[in-house]
Amino acid sequence: MTKVNMKVNISGVELKNPVMTASGTFGSGIEYGEFVDLNRLGAVVVKGIANTSWKGNASPRVAETFGGMLNSVGLQNPGVDEFIQKDIPFLRKYDTKIIVNIAGKTVEEYCEVVKKLATADIDLLELNISCPNVKEGGVSFGTDAKMVEYVTKQVKRVSKQPLIVKLTPNVTDIVEIAKGAEAGGADGLSLINTLLGMAIDIHKRKPVLANVVGGLSGPAIKPVAIRMVYQVAKAVGLPIIGMGGIMTGEDAIEFIQAGATGVAVGTANFINPTATMDVLEGIGKYMNQYGVEKISDIRGIIA
Amino acid sequence: MMEKLQLKIRMNEEIAPKIYKIIFLATEIVKKAKAGQFINLYCNKGELLLPRPISICEVNKKTGEITLVYAVVGKGTEIISTMKSGDTIEAIGPLGNGFSVDEEVKQHLIIAGGIGVPPMVELVKFLKGNITVYLGFRCNPILVETIKQYGATVYVATEDGSVGIKGNVMDLINQHNPVAEMIYSCGPKPMLKAVAEWSEKLKIPAQLSLEERMACGIGACLVCTCKTKKEQDWENKRVCKDGPVFWRDEVIWHD
Ligand SMILES: Cc1cc2nc3c(=O)[nH]c(=O)nc-3n(C[C@H](O)[C@H](O)[C@H](O)COP(=O)(O)OP(=O)(O)OC[C@H]3O[C@@H](n4cnc5c(N)ncnc54)[C@H](O)[C@@H]3O)c2cc1C
Ligand SMILES: Cc1cc2nc3c(=O)[nH]c(=O)nc-3n(C[C@H](O)[C@H](O)[C@H](O)COP(=O)(O)O)c2cc1C
Ligand code: FES
Repeated sequence: MTKVNMKVNISGVELKNPVMTASGTFGSGIEYGEFVDLNRLGAVVVKGIANTSWKGNASPRVAETFGGMLNSVGLQNPGVDEFIQKDIPFLRKYDTKIIVNIAGKTVEEYCEVVKKLATADIDLLELNISCPNVKEGGVSFGTDAKMVEYVTKQVKRVSKQPLIVKLTPNVTDIVEIAKGAEAGGADGLSLINTLLGMAIDIHKRKPVLANVVGGLSGPAIKPVAIRMVYQVAKAVGLPIIGMGGIMTGEDAIEFIQAGATGVAVGTANFINPTATMDVLEGIGKYMNQYGVEKISDIRGIIA
Repeated sequence: MMEKLQLKIRMNEEIAPKIYKIIFLATEIVKKAKAGQFINLYCNKGELLLPRPISICEVNKKTGEITLVYAVVGKGTEIISTMKSGDTIEAIGPLGNGFSVDEEVKQHLIIAGGIGVPPMVELVKFLKGNITVYLGFRCNPILVETIKQYGATVYVATEDGSVGIKGNVMDLINQHNPVAEMIYSCGPKPMLKAVAEWSEKLKIPAQLSLEERMACGIGACLVCTCKTKKEQDWENKRVCKDGPVFWRDEVIWHD
């Protein structure tokens, strides 16, 4: 195989290749580091981190569904202080970029995490606006374009690293939300987060998840994700990290042709612990097969 | 480093209604495996994405073989049950912490129910001293002779009374009033909870193997948690990585 150029630039940060991990599916890489060489990843996107530790929801937190899964982890995390102390030193041993996913229940909480990360040795911030907005009665920050603009602006004001805003697909018009993030000063966008879903155990006549509802991920959601990346890429000038059901290099190429600069592998890790490496190799294979010299040559080529 | 393994199936047989024993050649797993650990089996079929966690029942260091015993309860275990000797199955492992074995302890008590019995076979092989085993089943006991063969004294309870006493393991315990320095237990949650309460009253340390629905199986996704005590507070620990075996004192039973 000839050497292909897979370098990508996301909001001013150069990644050796577009393949990263989807937040919450890869921890901080410690566990999957047993299966894959973290040095080969473009970036590791860590699990969502809040200002203090969150306990998360009750179990069961997972339900397998056709071609996907529902989760209701509820953003369990040790809090930003422990994260800075333990996880960053671990990840810094590897030649990969660190993207920190940020959770919060209020704008103040988001800002507090970002302030604490200002002096930390990390490369990018990813703001998870699918979190419940406590002050607005628990509806997600990410479902209202004005709210998205506001929270992005506030967080951007205190952030030292480039800010990527991660969009929820549980909205009527994803383009309007993406424009809200752009207007708020986002340096990039990630999409999509999980789709809200539910499963019932008909024998027990009870919801499968203790939390009743949860986020749907995996191959089942890929067509929705491709459509959203395509629509947003056409309407907004920001670099996009695409995700949602990526299992293979072909899936990743589909996202890139729809307009994504980076691609993140999530649920596929559970199905195949070396999924990130398989995706990376699959991209290389495609580029060789079609004589694509630079990955940017095929980005957003769908009219 | 760990690898995704392609395991060759040596045998896959029904040993009781809907209960199968499967043997693989798995030298990599055998080298590291401890009693109470589990492996993840991948069904590799379109809609069945997630791996199925199954406890290690027995390892054979000489032949490099590993034995699992599983119940067919749904689509995944159904598919695994149709696999034949000579087929390969994808797996990772060994996973989880396993039981801790203290050489000083001489009086062991094992309490297991139903499909919680298999991991006790490998455990019995490693315990030195007196081993008493109480096993409970709905009907059709499994692995009783195997456990006896490794030198344990085994008592059985069945809910239908077809074998041993009619009732459950707690009825056996109440009849026998056993003494022990260490308890090891695996089985349905209500049974584990009863064992926890009983052992707490008698102040006997107990290691309980818990079960929870899983995704990654290696500690990365946080979907498999159980409530545990933490100083004045509590926290959710990962059953797949921090467990599946927990000390009785750690576990919080109420929601
Ligand atoms: C650490 C651990 C060790 C286990 N060891 C054994 C073993 O040695 N032998 C054995 O027969 N089974 C064992 N199990 C349970 C086994 O993993 C499930 O029965 C199996 O995953 C069901 O898969 P399925 O596709 O056939 O069923 P599904 O169609 O997925 O579900 C059928 C039923 O199985 C239950 N179930 C599904 N997944 C799990 C799960 N991960 N844990 C518990 N219950 C589940 C559900 O409540 C459901 O009612 C273990 C589970 C864990 C977590
Ligand atoms: C178990 C689990 C936990 C997740 N946790 C987070 C999180 O903490 N923050 C976040 O922004 N997204 C989280 N996600 C969403 C994923 O990052 C990703 O956007 C989504 O799963 C779609 O990609 P996939 O189909 O490849 O998994 C989580 C997903 C799963 C399955
Ligand atoms: S199953 Fe993923 S952390 Fe336990």
